[in-house]
Amino acid sequence: MSHGESPITRRRMLGDATRYVALGGIGSLSAWLFYKQSGQAAAACPSSGSTCDECSQAAGCRLPRIWQLDPNRCIACGRCQTNCVLDLSAVKAVNCFALCGYCDNCTGYFPTKDYVLDTGAENQLCPTGAIARKYIEKQGGVPYFEYTIDESLCIACGKCVVGCRLMNGSLYLQVRHDRCLNCNECSIAVACPAEAFRRVLVDSPRLLSRAAQAAEEALARKRGASTNPPATRKSSIERKEEAS
Amino acid sequence: MPLVLMLLLFAVEQAVYAADLFPTPEFSNHPIPQSQTPAPRPSWQEYLDLAFLTAALAAASFLAVKGRSRTGLFLLSIVSLAWLGFWRKGCVCPIGAIQNVAQALFDKDYAAGGMVIAVFVLPLVFTLFFGRSFCASVCPLGAVQELVAVRPVQIPTWIDHALGLLAYIYLGAAALFAATGSAWIICRYDPFVGLFRLTSSAAMLALSVGFLGVGLFIGRPYCRWLCPYGAILALLSRVSWRHLKIPPKQCVQCRLCEDACPYGAILRPTVVLSPVERMAARRRLIVVLCAAPLLIATGALLGFGMRSSLANMHPTVQLAEQIRLEETGWVKTRSDATEAFRGTGESVESLSASADKVLEKFGLGGCLFGGWVGLVFAVKVTQLSLRRRRTDYEPDRSACVSCGRCLWYCPEEHPRQEFIQIQSIYNMP
Repeated sequence: MSHGESPITRRRMLGDATRYVALGGIGSLSAWLFYKQSGQAAAACPSSGSTCDECSQAAGCRLPRIWQLDPNRCIACGRCQTNCVLDLSAVKAVNCFALCGYCDNCTGYFPTKDYVLDTGAENQLCPTGAIARKYIEKQGGVPYFEYTIDESLCIACGKCVVGCRLMNGSLYLQVRHDRCLNCNECSIAVACPAEAFRRVLVDSPRLLSRAAQAAEEALARKRGASTNPPATRKSSIERKEEAS
Repeated sequence: MPLVLMLLLFAVEQAVYAADLFPTPEFSNHPIPQSQTPAPRPSWQEYLDLAFLTAALAAASFLAVKGRSRTGLFLLSIVSLAWLGFWRKGCVCPIGAIQNVAQALFDKDYAAGGMVIAVFVLPLVFTLFFGRSFCASVCPLGAVQELVAVRPVQIPTWIDHALGLLAYIYLGAAALFAATGSAWIICRYDPFVGLFRLTSSAAMLALSVGFLGVGLFIGRPYCRWLCPYGAILALLSRVSWRHLKIPPKQCVQCRLCEDACPYGAILRPTVVLSPVERMAARRRLIVVLCAAPLLIATGALLGFGMRSSLANMHPTVQLAEQIRLEETGWVKTRSDATEAFRGTGESVESLSASADKVLEKFGLGGCLFGGWVGLVFAVKVTQLSLRRRRTDYEPDRSACVSCGRCLWYCPEEHPRQEFIQIQSIYNMP
């Protein structure tokens, strides 16, 4: 306001100089941070070697990152249920149908102890009855059932995941990004004893277990080229693990 | 049936990753569904947030420096609280972004996202030009404290100065733990984020209620004494190009602004010292300047000494310690973390090697952190020994959050804002 009127003092000059030095510092800091980010994006590039213009996913590399749970590390301890900042956790159980055995006596659906083949609530492993069991058909005298998870009921306790691991391991836990707040420090990640949480690129938000990945690819091959599965891009961490 | 199951379980143990233990049947009339993945939040929403942040910063700066409107600043802070706090659930905020930046600076495997960098840098730049307008009415944490400060009392200056050091120490600690990849303590111990999400653990709820309760009588306790981003802004605001001014033209030295400020951010005019007092002040300054390197060195030494206890914040160090205790038989029960580690098949040697590497990092990190704490003390004592000549009541640029309360009280401001009907006191003969 009265800046123009006051005479130039030593103090004001020092202040001005400090301001522009600080501005330069902030500018170079952010430039370096942006440079580093683009470097990391290049490392995560699915088609390393070709230029960004040739790559169809070029825009994806610079996309934001979101939290996801790696089923290969997950021990289904149940902490996802209680440690999410949301009252009802953003983590849900998911069934990989391509890996599922459609078993009659599903160990993810029925408890292995005091086991009765009856779908009454007291006989279900899921505490909220979130798994829907649907009869499909009989083959060679064996009935097959499809197990679908009602995500509005699932509380991410992981009981079905532990149960299913006795068999095929098709049930796994995933962060559902329509619910996830993408906190700066994910509070489940802090509590996770297996360090299974990490950030993935926003356009490939799914992490599958090795078995599920293989099963999905096999199913896609069986179906032929008519239905292309969504491209699963390897994260930089996986690439590094493979390289080492 | 149970017998069959037992046999199957045995078979599972034989082949852990045998995916075709129970092959997926081929149904005659039922396609195998694809498991659905709900789409993440669209990224245009992030750009919208960034646009809001920029617009809010510009508006706050205008209202503080040019518009001089307490009402405007207050209303804007409510809008910011609603948008950044309750709608966007307080994430990602510039305060927490300190940690992203610190980790990106020191951890070669981590890079902060573009949005986080922008959110971190924007308020810094605005502060360099217009003072802490971000604190005034953009920060949701500041806004919630501004709203509850209904009966603020004046805090003795010495308490204010002493507690103000905590923010710088907290800043150093947050940077240390983020840079070493240990923990993001700012996010973890954010007292108001639970309020925005309407859910939190019991301990954090107690902290929120505590801060809000104290905030009724002590204006903005978190901003003044703990906020690490506020600490950075306070430094930058000292050299800001423009800043909120209390009297529009001439100060009448009525002291009303000093009484009105709940944050102790008004500097009084200085009294003229006698030559004897001036000599004593000068001697004190020399002693303080000589003691400064000693303070820094002591801090660095203490920080280095504390490296192993500081390193205990790191999950790898914790895990290695747990494994060690289990291996030596001190602890009989196994925890989920150690079970999970054993499940991965990694060797204990490689784990303890990486734990040692973390400890090494904390050797330097602890040194730097201790040195920083020493520096903070040294600068504070030096600053207290320096005397600046002031003839009027002025806002303390580092402490002032540009809330604009003083503008309601300044008698010079009343006719300008038309609170009172005087033709013009400036035109009076």
